[in-house]
Amino acid sequence: MDPARLFAASRVLIVAGKGGVGKSTMSAALARTAARAGISTLLIRLTPGGPISRLFAQPELTTLEQTLHPGGGPGGDADVRGRLVTPDKALAEYLADHGLARITRRLASTGAIDVVTTAAPGIRDLLVLGRVKAMETLKAADLIVLDAPAAGHAVSFLQSPTGLRDAVGAGPIATQADDVLAMLADPERCRVMLVTLAEETPVNEVIETAFALEDEIGIALGPLIVNGLVDVPEGLDGDLDALLAENAPKLSAHDVAALRDAAAFRMRWASRQREQVARLSDSLPLAQLTTPQLFTSAPGPRELETLADSLTSEINKLTEDDA
Amino acid sequence: MNSLATLLHERSVIVCVGAGGVGKTTTAAALALEAANRGRRVCVVTIDPARRLSDAMGLGADAPLGNEPQRVDVAINGELWAVMLDTSTTFDALIRTYALSDEQANTILTNDFFRNIADSMSGAHEYMAMEKLYELHNDDRFDLVIVDTPPTSNAIDFLEAPDRVTDFLDHRLYKVLVAPTGSFARVVNFAAQSFLRVVARIVSASVVDDAIEFFATFDGMEEGFRGRAVAVHNLLIADTTSFVLVTVPRNDTIDDATVFVEKLAEANINVEALVVNRVHPHFGTNELSGLAQGPLAPFVTVLNESQRVAAGEQNVLETLTRTLTNGAVVNVPFLDTDVHDLEGLGRLSRWLTPT
Repeated sequence: MDPARLFAASRVLIVAGKGGVGKSTMSAALARTAARAGISTLLIRLTPGGPISRLFAQPELTTLEQTLHPGGGPGGDADVRGRLVTPDKALAEYLADHGLARITRRLASTGAIDVVTTAAPGIRDLLVLGRVKAMETLKAADLIVLDAPAAGHAVSFLQSPTGLRDAVGAGPIATQADDVLAMLADPERCRVMLVTLAEETPVNEVIETAFALEDEIGIALGPLIVNGLVDVPEGLDGDLDALLAENAPKLSAHDVAALRDAAAFRMRWASRQREQVARLSDSLPLAQLTTPQLFTSAPGPRELETLADSLTSEINKLTEDDA
Repeated sequence: MNSLATLLHERSVIVCVGAGGVGKTTTAAALALEAANRGRRVCVVTIDPARRLSDAMGLGADAPLGNEPQRVDVAINGELWAVMLDTSTTFDALIRTYALSDEQANTILTNDFFRNIADSMSGAHEYMAMEKLYELHNDDRFDLVIVDTPPTSNAIDFLEAPDRVTDFLDHRLYKVLVAPTGSFARVVNFAAQSFLRVVARIVSASVVDDAIEFFATFDGMEEGFRGRAVAVHNLLIADTTSFVLVTVPRNDTIDDATVFVEKLAEANINVEALVVNRVHPHFGTNELSGLAQGPLAPFVTVLNESQRVAAGEQNVLETLTRTLTNGAVVNVPFLDTDVHDLEGLGRLSRWLTPT
């Protein structure tokens, strides 16, 4: 499948996964992959920090939109832009829009905000989704990529409109909730892409999350990203002793041990990952996009392009049915 | 500088802190197992453990009591107990403790606004984790309590949450709402009323009625709550309490961890140990680039990749260990971190307290 088709399938892509699986990194890589296919992308994060600014070698995201990767060039890339949408700011803006700005200032502002968020739990999440929906409606970009909260929270985050819809009856919040629910339920407007590592606990969690999102929220799931896969170079299962005797007879015992241990570790690692990938295939009827282990603890623009390369080639392997 | 083993012997409270997804829950459980092995009577408070681990610790779906410590069935010198934090039930118990009558408690516990506070108010999780810790610390059955903390973006949330939630419960605004006396109160009350009218327009009137009923009923309990929050805070900053920071060697996580250490220092808390999970093992020190082309190429490539990632991790970790002036640092190698049974916890605890 042409990446342009996959990324044009819906206007909002919500990227979700357990903490530590590379969800934010994958959000950035998906944005860059879409932009390479000519689709302008707005990357949205809900909390400051994270790896995105380093991956693009740009300043930290703020609530003002900035360009993360300009388009153009021989490939006809589109722009990647990015911004923060923070829950607290979304709520403060919402209250100001509804005539509460003056009163909120006059009373201790924290108390006022707390009473609203406690009276209507999930309102912050709903308002963030409302902002995303507004950007989607205004076509702020061809594609919006939302770096969602960690997996367990992603479910409650996306459940917030349903919960509030039941709690508040009629009124502006109910309208907002209806609008967001309409977006979440429409696969042409919105999909979730889940990210996991090929390790037992993240795999268990992504399976649970996938079922919760489909059954409880009815949101469409795109292909699953399995991140950090290691490869086993051809010949690594060869007879190291024989190879050494023939090619490097003078290697020190220290170096020989390093070669042997590193190879054994890699084989063990890859074999564990294969087991988990097989378990994912058995448990979830989702197409998988795999991305490679980067062997760095400080990923930057070069690694971002590597991930975009592999996502592009993985998407090319998908069939129409997979998406 | 104290080793983790020393902390496990000497402290009465250990708080495991760190970002989400770094293995905090597993680390807390492994530390608890190790301390119990060393003869102590330990209770570990876990928050949302992965299912296989909670099953292994007897906290699975068929556990008899949700929010009460369960003795873990394992042959060790001391005792290992575990409890899975239930924010809502813990909050209910606190209300029962400080309510002046059963009637007052029942009215609060069935109030929708209170249910929202207990289930989902921001800070309620952190507050109840600390409350549970305090309760277990004062339980004669245990001489060490180890607590896992909710993944927080802000390091000192769990220090401030008890005060913040208590402040909310005892807010002057709501007091004057329910008992309008005196001219000053009337002015505030007018502002409060118009505020509530707008809130009611946004989130419906019945929600506001619940809120008012809650604050009216809570009247009289605030002193007990406040005293308790102070006691919890004092326990956290006591010398007998240690903070263990859990992290992984990735630059954005290390940034978070560095901020954590600094924020805790501002609150006069030293992180006494750092646990780095998922560390890539070191294989050898020499680069074998001369052999990169021949028949040994696959072996050399794999070794070089390993060495590159190990060196990168070392580099990233140094920025954190510089911040941490006086703490023990323990590295747990990758592939031994994904733990879901008692045997795995045992393996992990041997990494945490090397002999």
